[in-house]
Amino acid sequence: MEIIFSQEKLNKVSEIISRYPEGRQKSALLPVLHLAQQTFGGWLDVPVMDYVASLLKLEPIEVYEVASFYSMYNLKPVGKYMFEVCQTGPCMVNGCDDIIDYIKQKLNINVGETTADGLFTLKTVECLGACGYAPMMQMGKTYREHLTKEKVDAIIEECRNLSGSNN
Amino acid sequence: MSVKLLLNKIQVPGIRSYEVYRREGGYQSVEKALKMQPADIVEEVKKSGLRGRGGAGFPTGLKWSFIAKPEGVPRHLVCNADESEPGTFKDRYLMEFIPHILIEGMISASYALGSNASYIYIRGEYDWVSDILEAAITEAKQNGWLGKNIQGSGFDCEIYVHRGAGAYICGEETALIESLEGKRGNPRIKPPFPAVKGAWERPTVVNNVETLAAVVPIINMSGDEYAKIGVGKSTGTKLISACGNINKPGIYEIDMTISVEEFIYSDEYCGGIPNGKKLKACIPGGSSVPILPANLLLTTAKGEKRMMNYESLSDGGFATGSMMGSGGFIVLDEDQCIVRNTYTLARFYRHESCGQCSPCREGTGWMEKILKNIDTGKAAMSDIDLLWNIQRKIEGNTICPLGDAAAWPVAAAIRHFRDEFEWHVLNPEKCLKENYGLAHYADPVHVPV
Ligand SMILES: Cc1cc2nc3c(=O)[nH]c(=O)nc-3n(C[C@H](O)[C@H](O)[C@H](O)COP(=O)(O)O)c2cc1C
Ligand code: SF4
Ligand code: FES
Repeated sequence: MEIIFSQEKLNKVSEIISRYPEGRQKSALLPVLHLAQQTFGGWLDVPVMDYVASLLKLEPIEVYEVASFYSMYNLKPVGKYMFEVCQTGPCMVNGCDDIIDYIKQKLNINVGETTADGLFTLKTVECLGACGYAPMMQMGKTYREHLTKEKVDAIIEECRNLSGSNN
Repeated sequence: MSVKLLLNKIQVPGIRSYEVYRREGGYQSVEKALKMQPADIVEEVKKSGLRGRGGAGFPTGLKWSFIAKPEGVPRHLVCNADESEPGTFKDRYLMEFIPHILIEGMISASYALGSNASYIYIRGEYDWVSDILEAAITEAKQNGWLGKNIQGSGFDCEIYVHRGAGAYICGEETALIESLEGKRGNPRIKPPFPAVKGAWERPTVVNNVETLAAVVPIINMSGDEYAKIGVGKSTGTKLISACGNINKPGIYEIDMTISVEEFIYSDEYCGGIPNGKKLKACIPGGSSVPILPANLLLTTAKGEKRMMNYESLSDGGFATGSMMGSGGFIVLDEDQCIVRNTYTLARFYRHESCGQCSPCREGTGWMEKILKNIDTGKAAMSDIDLLWNIQRKIEGNTICPLGDAAAWPVAAAIRHFRDEFEWHVLNPEKCLKENYGLAHYADPVHVPV
């Protein structure tokens, strides 16, 4: 995959830079890293970070140190669908451990692993601000809340169908 | 019924859209504000008695009056929408369902503070909420509430959304500013305070989402009228996000005149504890405030009814009281293990420590490990004292209050539930399968049938 943004995305990068004061384009780093991760396969490989550095006129190290600080930037490849299940207190009270165990068993992977077909990655995360709708997980852009085993089954089915129709 | 000022229109269909919001009286406060002097708006906010809704409860008007105004230096307003304190999910609700109230409040606040470019720093996981805000900003701009010379006032105002990327520490205001500048979220040493040197070295005010939304009713009704709602120094209304073992988890707007008992048991609010279980404990203001056993939660040590307001929740200090904090209300029933619960919170803080100060970086790791050992029956009695000593050494010895936030829950758990910790040590086999239960600290009033 060539690591270059489309013209449309380059325009987006310019628009993002314009939100911050003159000469402060480093401020655009978080949003541009989000855009890069989304564009180049769901994770930030070193050449991708170097590309972002060149776009924002930063030293590559400035990008690496930021990318490694924030939990939403993936520094390793991840599956097409990432299940990020919250495991903090309020979710625990509402049974997140059972849900995590169920997903492990159903996908036959451990926390932090990706299924052999590259479809699913399971991660545990800390409070996502949905404690009243627990147990819950983040999947891509959205939250899936009030999880039950049946719901997990349906979500996995949904992802499999989606990926099937995409291919 | 509590008075509602922020969520009074939440049931109106389509209130997320500009059209409906405006038809329901939205943006009137901006019309009013633009006719006032900026200093007079600050004065109204002072009179309102509004206290920051992000957790610390600092008076907002006072904070605004501190902003430095050096000649020729731009100033900035930044909305803190990082919302990551376990138990807290109220800001998301406001932004998701009534985004224009935040935009409206931010325009008046920007005018009062002289910020021509204001930012909403939103936690990265709230990706779809950030789209909702961007859409609301576009609508507001199309209708002349943002951009150049808004409503012919001569004041220029832009609002930008800046998405974080997963780091609780970025809710701390100086870490947030670092993150806004495109850096790691390492808190800064204060002073200088953001009001003097904040984002890009410019004077900056950071306020919580709910705080900025509250500016709307304050301007509409006047600071004095707002101050009449509530009680004492707890003026206006507060959003509470309730979760844990309750029948009706969700967001409630309260006017701070109701009791904790009413909040938990009344059908208007949490609706009681499910499955006929008893109330064991509660963390009333987000995970970093002290946990209280049921008896101290419902009644203060003086024997008064505990009320849902700043003063009453903190009555008794940390010895027998807690805090309003961010309004994240976590209820635990008799089946919950205090050690386990404290362990997950310790793990949270270890995970979120930025690592700059050794007491926090090392101490949070130690606390997590010891708590895990206690929880799984692998600890000695002396570990409880060790745990106590570690939290004492973190508190007050760090750059930012995350260290305190990690220490307080552990301290409170040992203070009030020491017998449960000891039971874990004495019954290693049992503690993996059973639960200690209620002991002496059950809610004495609401015994289920
Ligand atoms: C570790 C830590 C996390 C914080 N997280 C948040 C947060 O998510 N949202 C928030 O509004 N304030 C948070 N705060 C408080 C902010 O530092 C700051 O006091 C607040 O945004 C000020 O706004 P207010 O006066 O309107 O409450 C946090 C503080 C600390 C120490
Ligand atoms: S107290 Fe913890 S989070 Fe705060 S600056 Fe120090 S190490 Fe970082
Ligand atoms: S504890 Fe899981 S979303 Fe808050």
